[in-house]
Amino acid sequence: MSGHSGESFAELPVAPKPPLRRFHQARWDEPIIFEQSRPGRRGIAVPAAGVPAVELPESVRRAEPPKLPEMAQLHVLRHYVRLSQENLGVDQAIAVGQGTCTMKYSPKVNDRFVNDPKVAELHPLQPDDTVQGVLEVYWRLERMLAEISGMNRVSLQPASGSAAIYANIAMIRAYHASRGEGRQRDQVITTMFSHPSNAACAKTAGYEVITLMPDENGHPDIEALRAAVGPRTAALMITNPEDTGIFNPRIEEFVSLVHEAGGLACYDQANANGLLGITRAADAGFDLCHFNLHKTFSTPHACGGPAAGACGVSEALAPFLPGPTVEFDGSGYRLDNGRPQSVGKMRPFLGVTPNVVRAYAWVMALGAEGLREVAETAVLNNNYLMHKILRIPGASAHWDGGRVEQVRYSWQGLFEETGVHSEEIGVRAADFGVHYWTSHHPYLVPEPFTLEPTESYSQEDLDEYAAILAHVADEARRDPEHVRGAPYNQTVHKIDQTSLDDPKQWSPSWRAYTRKHLA
Amino acid sequence: MTHPYIPNAEPGVRAEMLAAIGAASVEEFYAAIPAGLRLDRPLDLPAPMASEHELVVHMRGLLARNTDTTEALSFLGHGCYPHHVPAVCDEVNGRGEFLTAYAGEPYEDHGRFQAMFEYVSMMAELLEMDVVNVPTYDGYQASGTAIRMAARYTGRSKVLVSGAVSADKMSKLRDFLAHDIEIVVAPVGAGGEIGEVEIDETFAAIYLETPNVYGVVETRGRELADLAHGAGALLVVSADPISLGVLAPPAAYGADIACGDIQSLGMHQSYGGGHAGYIATRDEERLVAEFPSRLFGIAPTAVPGEYGFGDVFYDRTSFAHREEGKEWVGTAAALWGITAGVYLALMGPEGMRELGETVLARTRYAMDRLAAAGARVLHPDAVHFREFAIEVPSAGELLAALRGHGIFGGVRLDDRTLLVCVTERHSRDDIDRLAAAVQEELS
Repeated sequence: MSGHSGESFAELPVAPKPPLRRFHQARWDEPIIFEQSRPGRRGIAVPAAGVPAVELPESVRRAEPPKLPEMAQLHVLRHYVRLSQENLGVDQAIAVGQGTCTMKYSPKVNDRFVNDPKVAELHPLQPDDTVQGVLEVYWRLERMLAEISGMNRVSLQPASGSAAIYANIAMIRAYHASRGEGRQRDQVITTMFSHPSNAACAKTAGYEVITLMPDENGHPDIEALRAAVGPRTAALMITNPEDTGIFNPRIEEFVSLVHEAGGLACYDQANANGLLGITRAADAGFDLCHFNLHKTFSTPHACGGPAAGACGVSEALAPFLPGPTVEFDGSGYRLDNGRPQSVGKMRPFLGVTPNVVRAYAWVMALGAEGLREVAETAVLNNNYLMHKILRIPGASAHWDGGRVEQVRYSWQGLFEETGVHSEEIGVRAADFGVHYWTSHHPYLVPEPFTLEPTESYSQEDLDEYAAILAHVADEARRDPEHVRGAPYNQTVHKIDQTSLDDPKQWSPSWRAYTRKHLA
Repeated sequence: MTHPYIPNAEPGVRAEMLAAIGAASVEEFYAAIPAGLRLDRPLDLPAPMASEHELVVHMRGLLARNTDTTEALSFLGHGCYPHHVPAVCDEVNGRGEFLTAYAGEPYEDHGRFQAMFEYVSMMAELLEMDVVNVPTYDGYQASGTAIRMAARYTGRSKVLVSGAVSADKMSKLRDFLAHDIEIVVAPVGAGGEIGEVEIDETFAAIYLETPNVYGVVETRGRELADLAHGAGALLVVSADPISLGVLAPPAAYGADIACGDIQSLGMHQSYGGGHAGYIATRDEERLVAEFPSRLFGIAPTAVPGEYGFGDVFYDRTSFAHREEGKEWVGTAAALWGITAGVYLALMGPEGMRELGETVLARTRYAMDRLAAAGARVLHPDAVHFREFAIEVPSAGELLAALRGHGIFGGVRLDDRTLLVCVTERHSRDDIDRLAAAVQEELS
């Protein structure tokens, strides 16, 4: 040990933190993995055959070894740990900026359950009596989601929210076909502020899509619905609250109008986080609904999946559920494929089991009272954040009236004053360690941004997020070029994206890049 | 107690926030919901666990009722495969920075973009194709979308699908292609490969799977490519990437679109939770235009020597154009793509070759041993990778009897047919144990 000599250059006590975090994202300046390869190195050993080799006929034999990187194990690990550090998860950041996606805390204990061999090492075609535990989890979660939605049965098979929307459309199609109206009912009605997958999945399934625009209150236009429904209506696919955060108070009338025309009403409950224990899909008359387990029910977003969707259906639609279903006879659980009118398989096997297990554990950590507290707190947080955001000059929320769990805001005022776009505000905000998203296309709300501060964030988190946006808006006024030049504190600097839309230049793989640009 | 997951449920905080907004209670925020739609009772849910410890006890109690494939000797495959998962794969996909991130933007989530770009790039090398998508949900979806891509590309609405695909995958294809694409099922030949087929100029594609549902490696890929191309159609091939260290990639015999499931590349079986799908093509603008998925590419930044990333040709997706985009795109299975990239980087070209050789050899060894044990091995002359079918007097009875030996002997395809799966995880002793038990039960 040496003494601490030299001249003092700083004093105790340590000064208070500045109002905004002096964030800098990790910057490892990491090469592409192929650039780290040295012939002969290996990351893992493979068991040798130990039995006679098989000689492959030339017609099926690989001629050239694949040009994969050759690296030692530590170096593979280190590369990916560095990349992970150049990424922002809910675990590090205040993830309120991805509205519509309900970024909440994914409890760590739930990851333990799914990493346990009792889940991770289960094969989906094992005999039912060897998987009673996991089948019970499926069954119990199904019953919980049936209670939360008021629906009769729930399928946990779909791989995501959009896959659940598609599964619902498949059931709608099968339902009408079973009544001899499959050909006649060739239109699906949705709204501009429902997730684009409602329109896109319906189109993929062969439907003509009619999109209702908002009225002067920001509600989907009921007169447009009246004009649209008829004998060709297969279904209404609608989110509520919509991606604006506005709850449509006439939702029962919407459902009735569709029912009167012989169509089905399908509720996209991607935005259910503020409604748990408050109001239910079945009570508004819906025939089908879906939840995103990776949104409302806490399973991690995983950089964009694996996710999980849950389709709730009324008794009339239950014959069309994807198979198999889990059935309970009072003593044991079994997989049942006995639905002759089933739409069949939506994905392999029973569902995204790890996320089913996580969602079940999350509900079991909260119970009825806890879920209601989740909903109320998500709504409180949203209204608190809205109160703060609307005090930032240049920010607005398009329509008046209340918001539930999220808000689609607009920087129109700021843009008119400074010429700085919403995207540019978001990139600059990221310099302070947060994520920010504009909105789906088209930008009906000009210069949009969409914030959803779920129940997971503290008052201090919300204050910090609002302060970052206030600071960036202020910067846009004082020095718009500085905002436009962002980012400054990220892994990389401003990206020139123009080549990404040019077929001659675009490089969707290293193979394409080396061929086009390094040859 | 304030719930540990809900910081602002603390009554003092809640009161302070309400006061700041100027609201009397949270009820004000629900004013738009008509009284008739309000639930007037608490949800009827099981009582929650009061602590993390109690939750752990509860979950352990439930999950203890499962017998997993480290406790039984399992030869189950049929779309979900027990390959060894390297510890580094679990380490990387367990990192909270990846696990809990959203799909992200190219700056704050640069790491995810690079990891995903590297995944598609390693797949591109394995497949010898330049364009690979950010993963879709699973191999079923990849097949369905690949066929739809071929139909859009050719403007035709008929597809010849190999009969040697699983019943479940066929169920998915029938639903997904239902409204406008006619499926013509090709017969399976006596040898276990796709049989003699004919197409005309109304077909968009021939869809082939290799190894197919019987574990048979298809050897007539080039002939089928020529047949398809001669009719102006595409060849779409679903191939398990784990076989491609030894087997020729579909592009090598003329496939236009390759697709499949990547669960084998570092994902646990997880009761069917480890699936993700890939789709790959050559770098042809008109073909690239038909991908619904996101595609990530390299882009330069303001600083020399920095790799930036972004979406290639975004203007074809449903994110950009709602129902006018190609099918739809959304959250799918990104983390499994990152994991598969880690797997391929660990294995390298030699690891993939060695693994393929081990699987080929042990599959053949198991076929020989089970034949010697009295089972009738189907398609004995075909090249098999990882799976093969056997015929026995009663599939159900044999499986039940093998349970008594602590063995999940295979997947029942019909009353008399079983599908047996062998990977590098099955030692010679494991295979001998299966053979001995089969011999005992069949004699």
